[in-house]
Amino acid sequence: MNTAAFIVIAIVTLSAAMAAATLRKLMHAALSFALAIVGLAAFFFLVGAEFVGLALVFIYIGAVAVLIVFTILLTRRDVQKDRGFNWSGVLIAAAVLASLTWSILKTQSTAIVAPHIRALTVKQIGQALMTTYVWPMQCVGLLLTAALIGALLLVIEEKP
Amino acid sequence: MSKSIDQIFVSAKHWLLSWLDGSPSWLIQITSSLINIFALLAVFLTLFALMSVLERKILGRIQNRYGPNRVGPFGLFQPVADGIKMLIKEDIVPVRADKSVHFLAPILIAAAAILALGVIPYGRNMTPFAIDGGILFFFAVGSTTELAVFMAGWGSNNKFSMLGAMRAIAQMFSYELPLLVTVLPVVMVVGSLGPDRIVAAQAEYTYGLVPRWFVFTPWGAAAFILFFVSGLVESNRTPFDVPEGESEIVAGHMTEYSGFKYATFFMAEYIGMFAISGLGLTLFLGGWHAPARALEFVPSYMWFFGKLSVLLLVYVWVRGTLPRTRIDQIMNLAWKFMLPMAFTCVIAAAVWHYAGRGLRGWLWSLIVIASVYIVLSIVLDTRRKFAPRVYRFAE
Repeated sequence: MNTAAFIVIAIVTLSAAMAAATLRKLMHAALSFALAIVGLAAFFFLVGAEFVGLALVFIYIGAVAVLIVFTILLTRRDVQKDRGFNWSGVLIAAAVLASLTWSILKTQSTAIVAPHIRALTVKQIGQALMTTYVWPMQCVGLLLTAALIGALLLVIEEKP
Repeated sequence: MSKSIDQIFVSAKHWLLSWLDGSPSWLIQITSSLINIFALLAVFLTLFALMSVLERKILGRIQNRYGPNRVGPFGLFQPVADGIKMLIKEDIVPVRADKSVHFLAPILIAAAAILALGVIPYGRNMTPFAIDGGILFFFAVGSTTELAVFMAGWGSNNKFSMLGAMRAIAQMFSYELPLLVTVLPVVMVVGSLGPDRIVAAQAEYTYGLVPRWFVFTPWGAAAFILFFVSGLVESNRTPFDVPEGESEIVAGHMTEYSGFKYATFFMAEYIGMFAISGLGLTLFLGGWHAPARALEFVPSYMWFFGKLSVLLLVYVWVRGTLPRTRIDQIMNLAWKFMLPMAFTCVIAAAVWHYAGRGLRGWLWSLIVIASVYIVLSIVLDTRRKFAPRVYRFAE
């Protein structure tokens, strides 16, 4: 059951990710990216980490994907124009691939599955956030508030 | 006797599953989910059909006319006629439209609306999809609606569609914040994100008389009103239906949809309305609990759907009574009034908790909410009854 679900989700996620990288239309690529994120969230659901999966859907579909599609909508005028081969893109992709490979190789063998990991409940995550990690969380909150006010300042109009 | 009637649907499901005794566990798991899904769809699609005709009849009564009364007894078969009409209508896709995105948008929007129904407890032991973070699931699924609306607007390749989608997304984003923040006090007081736990926390009666629903506390009443208004906006209902304001932008993001795709949008809007009202009554109105101990013999699901019908009646009533607001008024309301009040509800709930959850806490939280409300209404008062229109959009 779990293996079958894993294979189906993996196929969906990987093909969506491939589509996000290769599709000609930028908007289609952005939507495939959203689908890939849904696949990732499904993985978290599969291993019982509901909170992470839900947060992923919440943030990436509800906010980041909408932000991306609006950015594309509001900035690109020459949607179909081909820019030719992009060398800086290759460089970035290679760097990301190298760092990912390095970090995967550095981890303890992934084949050993810990037998008795209790799934983290939302309550435990909340308690950890409000006690151990309260300062980092407050800092993130402050940063986000500052970003919100900054965005407001950018768009606010001077009264004539 | 009343116990067995209360659990009749749960027993029916167990009886169906007992046929599969001895089969592999994955088969039982999948069958169990399928039974849940079919039950949900059957109930809520029937409710949608009923609601579509009852809403038109009630609106007709409010506006002093008859409403649909030709098809079947009292016009009750109107949804059947509508459904057949929608099915056999020509499905027009614009030549310049992005075919795949245009096709996927109604499917995604309906899927999101139906998924959100899954976490609501409809009765004792009757939560189709009971997970730890049910409330979070509801909002996570709901947040994909914005992407679907964008897909509908952009995929149609029509200016009206795009403008309507922009409006819809702007107002849904703005009201998602108060909607989420008004849920926070309940989650704080109960200490859980699971809908079942939230319903269980509202089970008892104070002095054996007044049910402990959160709507009977000051913070709960304020949060419920804010939640209800945000729910009106999220489901694009009048008076907040500017995304599809037909006198301004044809039908918003649904302009280029016809036939069954349009019907799907229509259905998603109603299902979304059922879902948000269901969540609202789970959070604040005691879920499936009876309002008095003497009435507990009535099955729990009857109470749920009774409360749901009352909330839906209020939706129709509001639609028949209030005119449409302007988009700048909607935005001002969200950011200047709803959001501060929502945060006040959180503080008031904390005050209520630390003052002992009794009468003293009740009064203290009332004081907190009343003082913030008074200050806000003084600060936000423009002192001009008829202020000149200031358009901050579409300039």
